[in-house]
Amino acid sequence: MHSTHRRRLILFIVVGAVLFYFSSRVGILRLYQGSTVSMYVIAIGSIILLTGYSGQISLGNGAFMAIGAYVAVLSQLYLDLPFFLTFFVAVLGAALAGLVLGIAAARLTGPYLAGATLALAVALPSIANLFPVLGGEQGLGYDSGNAPSLFGEVARFKWLFWISSLAALITCLLLQNILKSRYGRAWKSIRSNSVAAELTGINAAKSKVLAFVLSAGIAGLAGAVLTMSLGTVSPSAFPLSLSFALITGAVIAGISSLLPGSLVGAVVLVGMSQLVGALTTRFEIGDVLAQNLKELIVSALLILAVVFTPNGPGEKIREMRDHRKHHSHGGHR
Amino acid sequence: MEKLISASLIGLSQGAIFALMALALVLVFRSTRVVNFAQAGQAMVSTYIGWEVVTRTENYWIALPAAALAGALLAAIIETFLMRPLAKRASHGAIAPVASIIASLGVLGVLHSGAAMIWTTEQKLFESPVSVNGIEIGSTVYPFSQADMLIISTVVIVMLTFAFFFQRTSLGLSLRAAAFQPEISRLAGVRVDRVRTIGWALSGAAGAVVGVLVTPGNYLSPFSLDILLVYGFVAAVIGGLESPQGAALGGLILGMSLSFTSIYVSSGLTFIVPFIVLLLILLVKPKGIFGGGSSRNA
Amino acid sequence: MSLVVRNLSVDHGAIRAINNLSFIVEKRRLTAVIGANGAGKSTLLRTLSGLIPATEGKATWGEHNLLKGKAEQHVRNGVSHVSEGKSVIPELTVEENLDLGALWRRNKKEADATKKYVLELFPRLGERLKQRGDTLSGGERQMLAIGRALMSKPQLLLLDEPSLGLAPLVVEQIFQTIRDIANSSDLTVLLVEQNAMGALKIADIGVVLNLGNIVAIGPSADLIADPAIRAAYLGY
Ligand SMILES: Nc1ncnc2c1ncn2[C@@H]1O[C@H](COP(=O)(O)OP(=O)(O)O)[C@@H](O)[C@H]1O
Ligand SMILES: [Mg+2]
Repeated sequence: MHSTHRRRLILFIVVGAVLFYFSSRVGILRLYQGSTVSMYVIAIGSIILLTGYSGQISLGNGAFMAIGAYVAVLSQLYLDLPFFLTFFVAVLGAALAGLVLGIAAARLTGPYLAGATLALAVALPSIANLFPVLGGEQGLGYDSGNAPSLFGEVARFKWLFWISSLAALITCLLLQNILKSRYGRAWKSIRSNSVAAELTGINAAKSKVLAFVLSAGIAGLAGAVLTMSLGTVSPSAFPLSLSFALITGAVIAGISSLLPGSLVGAVVLVGMSQLVGALTTRFEIGDVLAQNLKELIVSALLILAVVFTPNGPGEKIREMRDHRKHHSHGGHR
Repeated sequence: MEKLISASLIGLSQGAIFALMALALVLVFRSTRVVNFAQAGQAMVSTYIGWEVVTRTENYWIALPAAALAGALLAAIIETFLMRPLAKRASHGAIAPVASIIASLGVLGVLHSGAAMIWTTEQKLFESPVSVNGIEIGSTVYPFSQADMLIISTVVIVMLTFAFFFQRTSLGLSLRAAAFQPEISRLAGVRVDRVRTIGWALSGAAGAVVGVLVTPGNYLSPFSLDILLVYGFVAAVIGGLESPQGAALGGLILGMSLSFTSIYVSSGLTFIVPFIVLLLILLVKPKGIFGGGSSRNA
Repeated sequence: MSLVVRNLSVDHGAIRAINNLSFIVEKRRLTAVIGANGAGKSTLLRTLSGLIPATEGKATWGEHNLLKGKAEQHVRNGVSHVSEGKSVIPELTVEENLDLGALWRRNKKEADATKKYVLELFPRLGERLKQRGDTLSGGERQMLAIGRALMSKPQLLLLDEPSLGLAPLVVEQIFQTIRDIANSSDLTVLLVEQNAMGALKIADIGVVLNLGNIVAIGPSADLIADPAIRAAYLGY
């Protein structure tokens, strides 16, 4: 095994152990928030791979989450799969959908792809109402099982947190390795110059489809994790605003920063609710304002981030350091 | 036969709305390469302005231009203070190809939540100046009202005005030139930045007209126009994103597909049809029907 | 009025395309800047017309500072630039391309007079007014590009490789037209060319550019006579 791989693996185990330790020392709210953060880390990771690396934009990753979620639930209902296997099936199902759309999308650029994925995000949840087997608006239940008896009696939220954070850790580890591999480099070179990349022997179309498939699969996993924490799946869990929130999360800390980017984005998304809640009680803000304050702040943050640190704070800091070093002048227009 | 006539009429009226929304998106895209998702929010805020005017004056015909003006102003502000600086700041790195789309999503969120704070999420009614009941011919009532006729005629008038403006006026020529070749236009003396702002303003006005046209018969809420953004965008993409004629054709194709499937197949397909139509067309022509002729520098 | 360039340097990121350039073009002179591909000729013109910023130095046309303000303002101050590669808008008609150059002019009567002059200069354009720009031949497109620039009634005309990609016969025609324009009007012309011989033949003054530096400058007849220049740039 490669030494960087091993280092990453060790880090992953250490972080896992730390999380495991803390899971017994915090309250239910924190555990629930931890699960949500994990779900977002996975989902944002799928955007970072797709947009930050392969340069494609998807407004439909919420739809791939929905596919993953429904596949997980259906495989439990009809195939009686044990619940950890439903996660695998969820990934496969969403990846398959990603393959179908990805092959079509490989010929589409920027705005056309945005259009196709946007239409998908709107179309997909409504399918649940068309086929009775999908349970309509009420949706279907999902049994997230119990911790193996070897851990003794484990509270539900603690168990959910274990599963989601484990899923997030594994996703990050895998993604980290993929992004640092030759595939990751290929995506980057296609993004910056697809003609030049083709000349060096990279098949741009195939490579883009691969990114699309992986991204969809990861989003599917996030969908399964979401369903597990909710204990149910329904179309209303995957509104268009979910897809938009994922993009926000991915942009805040730099669209091509998997770590800590996806974690920062996820914490911001989850923390914002709490922050706004605190502000509301502290300053006795009226209901109407309070309900919309979160979206206002998140959206404003998105705009500020993309204007002031377009490629993330990391790049900004590097830029400022370089600037001081070279003391270069003259703007580019 | 009745069914056929109904489907065609509904398709025409819906198609007109989609076409105008598509035109609003095309105007922005061709002049600044921005897919403006905030368009739905801009149209919504402008429609609220129209609603404020209507509740005070009880006159729809004052509200319509007032909303259009508000839409134009709002769009010009967004272009000048956000999109223009953004184009310079986010011109490199991984964010470059998606920065404007992302910023427009942010604007959409700000407008959504801002409007909800100001006007609450309670549904507002907007009276139509004409009847919204189906027209009776003989013993059959067609699901096509005077309001639909108003929609179609207004859209046709707006589109013809735009066509005249673009083809026959100096400013229209500047707008087209700046959209096609900004650098050559600059060298010819066209103030490209100003012309782009005008393009945005026109788009904002068109979006506002969409809002004020469809809201009577429906209702107004901070989110009520979002779905039109999706349909309008799909129509624009079908048409190739750059051509006003494409927007009109795309809107018509989508409107007809929707009305025919919902009358002949099932009304549960409303959200799926756009996706399928879009995918089918993009599979044959990846840059839309009128798109992708010449390659150009943005 | 003259074009004065002093210690001008222009960078493209880390690449220095123009290095400490100084020269003067007197009014009504036709000056040819020649040099190989990558010498910095286009960069020079693009800087003078306000398309790209300079790193250092000065450039003035009469009282106008050419390093300040946008390209669209320079046109109004009498500086027209025909950029490299047939600078017409293919989607617009010939007439629209011409009109574009005069949209900013307040006096429409004068603009019409200029249009008449341009169409007399290039009768082939007059026969094709309603045709789209992309239906023209290469030579016609170059004429249209120059015509568009003239529509702005320039005092200083910057031409970037008008001979590029044209058949020899057409090149000769274009060069002759440029000479005629310079003779018959109050125009100062800065012509940039890789076709060194053709350009020097019609020019009053020649400037030889190599990797962003001036290697020779003088009356073009002298340059043509100079054995070193002949060997390096004129190919015999
Ligand atoms: N936009 C640009 N970005 C980076 N380098 C450039 C750019 N434009 C020109 N250059 C470089 O600047 C130098 C001069 O180019 P240019 O002015 O186009 O030369 P010429 O017109 O004489 O062929 C060349 O080395 C070229 O590669
Ligand atoms: Mg050149």
